[in-house]
Amino acid sequence: MRLLGQILWRDLRHAYAGGGSGGGALLPLIFFLLVATLFPFAIGPDAALLAKAGGGALWMAALLAALLPVDRLIAPDAGAGVLDQLAVRGIAEEAVAGAKLLAHWLGFGPPLMLAAIPAAGLLKLDGATLLRLEAGLALGTPGLAALALGTSALTLGLRGAGALAGLVMLPLAVPILIFGAGALGDQGAGALKLLAAASLLLVAGAPFAAGAALRAARE
Amino acid sequence: MHILANPARFLSLARPATPWLGWAGALLVAVAVVSGLLVTPQDYLQGQSVRIMYVHVPAAWLGMAGWSGLAVASLMQLVWRHPLAAVAARAIAVPGALFTAICLATGSIWGRPTWGTWWGWDGRLTSMLVLLFLYIAYIALAGASSERGGSSRVAAIFGLVGAVNLPVIHYSVLWWRTLHQGQSITLTKSTIDSSILWPLPVALLGFTLLFAAIVLMRMRALLAQAKVEARLKRMAHD
Repeated sequence: MRLLGQILWRDLRHAYAGGGSGGGALLPLIFFLLVATLFPFAIGPDAALLAKAGGGALWMAALLAALLPVDRLIAPDAGAGVLDQLAVRGIAEEAVAGAKLLAHWLGFGPPLMLAAIPAAGLLKLDGATLLRLEAGLALGTPGLAALALGTSALTLGLRGAGALAGLVMLPLAVPILIFGAGALGDQGAGALKLLAAASLLLVAGAPFAAGAALRAARE
Repeated sequence: MHILANPARFLSLARPATPWLGWAGALLVAVAVVSGLLVTPQDYLQGQSVRIMYVHVPAAWLGMAGWSGLAVASLMQLVWRHPLAAVAARAIAVPGALFTAICLATGSIWGRPTWGTWWGWDGRLTSMLVLLFLYIAYIALAGASSERGGSSRVAAIFGLVGAVNLPVIHYSVLWWRTLHQGQSITLTKSTIDSSILWPLPVALLGFTLLFAAIVLMRMRALLAQAKVEARLKRMAHD
């Protein structure tokens, strides 16, 4: 248990201190804001149109930002032999994956929710929509983090892992996107519940899928 | 199941079974297509376009049955380490993706005259499109992980995870009643008149047999490929 706490702490330190094996929590954020900036260039600066489409665009940006760190989540630790050391000490891969999932979400979810505030300003979202977006992100980002972790375990050590990760992760992220964007409307309460359900399912399943994939990658 | 664990024994059964399944399937498909195009009357509402059903429904069934088989094979590979399960799952993926694509294409062509649109963001259509993307991801993942040597279990894990989409496809017409019709046919009754319906089970059986023949052929090809690689490795060592 103490060791799992140490994994968590170490991954978090890497995420917030930049550098190291985590790749930094800042990079996905800047990417997220960059996509939010590009969107008005693509569809034009009309405020009404932006306010209508902006919430969904931010969900797309969040999805792409979640995909960005996939190749750095597990591969550096696997390459350095850290995962083998943990296995030798008899710690289940599922537990390691769970600790890494929590660390990844802490480095990804809350900063993304903060970054959504200036992004909402860029896209002319009103306060109520921003509130619903933040609620959706609070429920949806754990699911996205779980998907990212599972994908990075599945594609670990494969040639072209980056391109494969997008192919593997994006179809599975469709429910999060549908319910997340659905929760932005006025009658979003039902979609918010479904978003929470999808997210919960992903968080519950990801450590087991990732653990099995880590074991499979070792063979 | 465990009788087939020996590839040699499997091949001795699969080799004669392939042409039987293939030709029987082709014959049934030919019967269904000819009678579906020429014999059955047109629909009172949809006119001639109802005939697309004889391809669309079997393709949809095989797209979904394909992933079900792939998931079962993946489970067998993960739980019992059945040596042929990985080969079977890989063999199913490509024809499964093909039939899913056929289902989407015929559905789109059918939707234009009847719904007035090529595509709509309906639950059934969207979940079927996601199934096609899952197939493509599976094929890419299986291809990349087999480069690492042997039959890696990573693709099997993805095959099991992707199976969550199957109930979504099945219940999508109940959850979101937007564009695609609900179930017209159940085991006990059908809302389609029997004069139009009868070639459909023939086509279903025919395409299923063809699918099985394709899977057996691909399994034999994958096994032969593994054999060639093993022999090349042995020769390189000598």
